Amino acid sequence: MAAPTMNNRMIKWFDDRLPIFTFMHHELHEYPTPKNLSYWWNFGSLAGIMLVVMIVTGIVLAMHYTADANLAFGSVERIMRDVNYGWLLRYIHSNGGSMFFIVVYIHVFRGLYYGSYKSPREVLWWLGIIILLLMMATAFMGYVLPWGQMSFWGATVITNLFSAIPLVGDSIVTWLWGGFSVDDPTLNRFFSLHYLLPFVIVGVVVLHLWALHVHGSNNPKGIDMKGPQDSIPFHPYYTVKDLFGAALFFVVYAVFIFFFPDYLGHPDNYIPANPLVTPAHIVPEWYFLPFYAVLRAFDFDIWFMPAKLLGVIAMFASILVLFVLPWLDTSRVRSGTFRPVFKWFFIILIIDCVVLGYVGAKAPNDPLIASQESVQAANDEYNACVAKADAAGKNGEEECDKPFFVQYVHLGQLTTAYYFFHFLLLLPILGRTERTLPLPTSISEPVTKGGAGAGQ
Amino acid sequence: MNGDGVMTRRIVTGLAAAILGLGIATAAQASGGGTVGERHWSFQGIFGTYDRAALRRGLQVFQGSCASCHGLKYIAFRNLQDVGFTEGEVKAIAVDYTIADGPDDAGDMFERDGKPSDRFPSPFANENAARASNGGALPPDLSLIVKARADGANYLYGLLTGYHDEAPKGVELMEGMYYNDAFSGNQIAMPPPLFADGVDYEDGTEATVEQMAADVTTFLAWAASPEMETRKRLGIKVILFLLVLSGLLYAVKRKVWADVH
Repeated sequence: MAAPTMNNRMIKWFDDRLPIFTFMHHELHEYPTPKNLSYWWNFGSLAGIMLVVMIVTGIVLAMHYTADANLAFGSVERIMRDVNYGWLLRYIHSNGGSMFFIVVYIHVFRGLYYGSYKSPREVLWWLGIIILLLMMATAFMGYVLPWGQMSFWGATVITNLFSAIPLVGDSIVTWLWGGFSVDDPTLNRFFSLHYLLPFVIVGVVVLHLWALHVHGSNNPKGIDMKGPQDSIPFHPYYTVKDLFGAALFFVVYAVFIFFFPDYLGHPDNYIPANPLVTPAHIVPEWYFLPFYAVLRAFDFDIWFMPAKLLGVIAMFASILVLFVLPWLDTSRVRSGTFRPVFKWFFIILIIDCVVLGYVGAKAPNDPLIASQESVQAANDEYNACVAKADAAGKNGEEECDKPFFVQYVHLGQLTTAYYFFHFLLLLPILGRTERTLPLPTSISEPVTKGGAGAGQ
Repeated sequence: MNGDGVMTRRIVTGLAAAILGLGIATAAQASGGGTVGERHWSFQGIFGTYDRAALRRGLQVFQGSCASCHGLKYIAFRNLQDVGFTEGEVKAIAVDYTIADGPDDAGDMFERDGKPSDRFPSPFANENAARASNGGALPPDLSLIVKARADGANYLYGLLTGYHDEAPKGVELMEGMYYNDAFSGNQIAMPPPLFADGVDYEDGTEATVEQMAADVTTFLAWAASPEMETRKRLGIKVILFLLVLSGLLYAVKRKVWADVH
């Protein structure tokens, strides 16, 4: 905790009264960081960079944007066409949302693999989940602002979810909308909150970093630093490594901004919002698709619980389950590197989430395997059978066997079930039964003779 | 499973509609979508630019065949200067339009000749007027049409060249509808807008339907993304810069980390 040597007397004078330079030196310069962090550890700082990019471009966009149901769409086009480099600002911001989520998802899965949520980092993990939830709310409201068809109908679908809440659901939806449908008041409050929430995220990020700096970063080996030989100062080692990673990341980001700026968006959002015309498929942005699949997986009631409520509960639970993850995962070994069975299930979980995203993009009742034609033929046959039976005075729907075919929603149900199985059943059991590999004795001495320190 | 299956699927259908607030019927209609081919465009690829001659011809097609029903409200005449029209040409194009302006000092609205700063005026006063003149259908503004459709340029070309004189056997067309390969559901209210020699190209190009469709598609692609050429040029510079920067930072990283074991 030694104070840095300060040659500038002004800085020293200030630092004596508010030790901000000492603080920065301590937390950003000499901050001892495990020396073995891989490039997967770059994604935390990348997320921080993206937050800044989004706030800066967002503030400038807000100077030109008009939050009015009649003017919003046109004001976005004005930004694209008449504001100097407005197209660049907007494409940085719109693609930035996607990039932010890519980075954060990788960051989360890195934490999942290396057990970064385990003691003593549970609060750090919680704060991360809160940031993710805030990001989702912010992104959702941001997508509404251009007031295109997907903006409007996405807002309608998602706000309608709250009507699933028993008794007060409909009142809550009316309250959220500020009226009896998504309209001007909705757009205005979404704009207000879309501007506010990023700063709330900044606040939680500060807490996230604070919690991080208490015990320091986890690392690929998942074992604690045992002394100065295991750590290196954050600066210049990780500042330069993070900068290199950021430059590479910006190459990918720039490819989207400059060459495929609308690839991640939906063409319907270039059609102005029209409450009278429902798009054929209402789909959220890609980063919400897995959750959308979980939401739609529940197409059946359980007892008194209607499917809609179940879907909403499951969707929120798919994130909330992460809050209790530190206790669901009973393994004492943090890093997946030393967990030979967990490793495979981790890969399956990733595949599961990707499949969920794929299902989320599809119409739930489209056939998964059978061709549209064969399904059409079978349905025609069924309808003909029903018509015939009805004509004969019988109940056609009971007489005829409705053709069954596997639909996307069934795959969604399977993958949703697996998602919860992974966290709620697999991890608790695996932690108790898995034979983990021997842990190295320290970060700087990876080669060990025995199994000292291994779990179990 | 099967007895449950019927019930389940009925719940599926009902609840999917309820939960998502979207009509299954519309989804089903969309699945019978149109077919669109692929074509090479001057503006595709990372070095793609808008073919200037095609843009000029496309403007002629737009004015001659589209503008009587479709607006282009996000494009001002002056924007044409960005793609090679001279100031004089732009003034000449603008002056052919009559623009409603006002109120003047006496408080009256008046009409005047177009100026380069004016936008292409919309052909109808409002949506109701547009629908009344088009059998209930609303001709969309074309400023963003290429971005507002999946694979927009190919789609638009497919739509403009996809008309059939008669519907295929077994297809019953609704009153006032035309059969089109590209349009979702294959029934479109817009009559075939392009005919061979429908415009007299200033550059003497033969005005086939395909030529006109390709030209007006290029023009409308520009209208949807007028920033594209600037964007791609800047993008190449930015990416080259970032690649060099990445290389330098990698070298620095290697050097800084050289003593860490």
